[in-house]
Amino acid sequence: MGPLLIGLYVFVLSVFVGFEVINKVPPTLHTPLMSGANAISGITIVGALYTAQTADVTVSNVLGCAAIALAMINVVGGYLVTDRMLKMFGRKR
Amino acid sequence: MSDTRAVVVALIYLLSATLFVFGLKRLARVRTARQGNAISAVAMLLAVVGTLIELGIVQDYRWILAGLVAGSLVGAVIAVRVPMTSMPEMVAILNGFGGAASALVAISIYWVDVVEPGKPGTLASILGGSQAVTAFLSVLIGGVTFSGSLVAYAKLNGSLPGKPILLPGRHALNVALLLLSVALGLVFAYGVGDPARGATVVWALLAASLVLGVLLVIPIGGADMPVVVSLLNSYSGLAACATGFVIGNNLLIISGSMVGAAGIILTRIMCDAMNRSLPSVVLGGFGGDSSSGAAAGSQEYASTRSAGPEETAMVLEAARKVVVVPGYGLAVAQAQHAVRELGDLLKKRGVEVLYAIHPVAGRMPGHMNVLLAEADIPYELLWEMEKINPEFRDTDAVIVLGANDVVNPAAMTKKDSPIFGMPILEVHHAKTVFVVKRSLAAGYAGIKNELFEQPNTMMVFGDAKKVLQELIGELKQLGG
Repeated sequence: MGPLLIGLYVFVLSVFVGFEVINKVPPTLHTPLMSGANAISGITIVGALYTAQTADVTVSNVLGCAAIALAMINVVGGYLVTDRMLKMFGRKR
Repeated sequence: MSDTRAVVVALIYLLSATLFVFGLKRLARVRTARQGNAISAVAMLLAVVGTLIELGIVQDYRWILAGLVAGSLVGAVIAVRVPMTSMPEMVAILNGFGGAASALVAISIYWVDVVEPGKPGTLASILGGSQAVTAFLSVLIGGVTFSGSLVAYAKLNGSLPGKPILLPGRHALNVALLLLSVALGLVFAYGVGDPARGATVVWALLAASLVLGVLLVIPIGGADMPVVVSLLNSYSGLAACATGFVIGNNLLIISGSMVGAAGIILTRIMCDAMNRSLPSVVLGGFGGDSSSGAAAGSQEYASTRSAGPEETAMVLEAARKVVVVPGYGLAVAQAQHAVRELGDLLKKRGVEVLYAIHPVAGRMPGHMNVLLAEADIPYELLWEMEKINPEFRDTDAVIVLGANDVVNPAAMTKKDSPIFGMPILEVHHAKTVFVVKRSLAAGYAGIKNELFEQPNTMMVFGDAKKVLQELIGELKQLGG
């Protein structure tokens, strides 16, 4: 089985996992959940790290560096903002 | 890469993927949500560490470090500084950055593998067909996500008008642009064998996808923005997933497609809560916002009664049970702390105070819960719509704070109303309803609110925070 087929298997199964995990969510959590899921989409940082490995000032390095920065804003900002929202639910319990 | 290292990296990725699943699962339950978010953050850290190990010692770390440090700093600063009322637009903009990153990664890979080595041949012949196609999808989806999110951000924070901007022939234009993007993408993947021409094509593809993102979101009214942000969130997951296919990384495919699926589900849940169908949201043209006044001419109010703070305070003090209905006006006025103070004062006088939360009150589901939690209002007092609706008949006074469409009885009675069928808070059953609002202007849906004409409704005109402070002052005097 080639890498493309394996990738497709993984893709389809993960879509089902995503559907199953989020099938019932209280409205309270819609905004934090959207924000938390959004932080996960910053996983593209992994791809960005592949593309900026040399020292020269090249198009690929500049684009790669920009991609790393943008993905990191998404990741760090996303997790911190989500945590700030969720912290408020936890306080008085 | 040595065999041992490859295995170690693969296991780290597996652990990371597992933690993402656990994290997302826990994020969807109130009690475990915070822990879930932390687990997912650890998964992300593992993913980055795994990738750095996979890369081994690279030639130079300057670009990587610059990106990591700059991105983390900017992300941390805006996350700490943004006020709770601006959460919806914050999510929109962060999501846009994620989409942009995916598009840039795909373009950068084209430079690394094709342009900079100066290799002749099509992208498909160099990287493989599926990689070439997913690289184009990554640019397309990432570009649409980025510009679409920027428009959503601007609409949510008011720098663009919330009302739909309808271009003539927009559907045909969008279809044409999409076809153009796909054509450019296929040329990019299979057509051009010369790196310089390929570079031109990929920039053209990016430009087309950015324009498409803008055109897709501007016709959508402000009221539907949460749904749009959620949908764009799903897109950014799919963009990351496409990037995963390009670089052959299963972790990216797993987490990207999971976010894509979760985003779709969440979008559907939100549509249900607003009684809107996804296609009608996406096609756009629905609703304006309170400042647009687009439909103002058609909605004269025949008779409304208004009350001052003193009168209101007297009714509230004498009540047994008071229900507060917060809406977006409360968020705009930053009045969440004043609400709590009023609640505390009433409670001291033996009044039972509850808070009725409509699933889509505010600009995003859960927006009100976050705001009221910030003001330390106990979670148990926030009642959801289904639970509180039967209580209204037994309620002496309701205070509607900057909410409008979610309390409009036309949704239950008027078949021709655009919001007919939307579940609402049935506040009109209460003995007295006080509506705190700046004016009689229309709400997000741009329609008249029948509640305001009911004989048991009193309008209290003014900014939510100012009115609340006046009420608090009056109550303190009454308490004397």
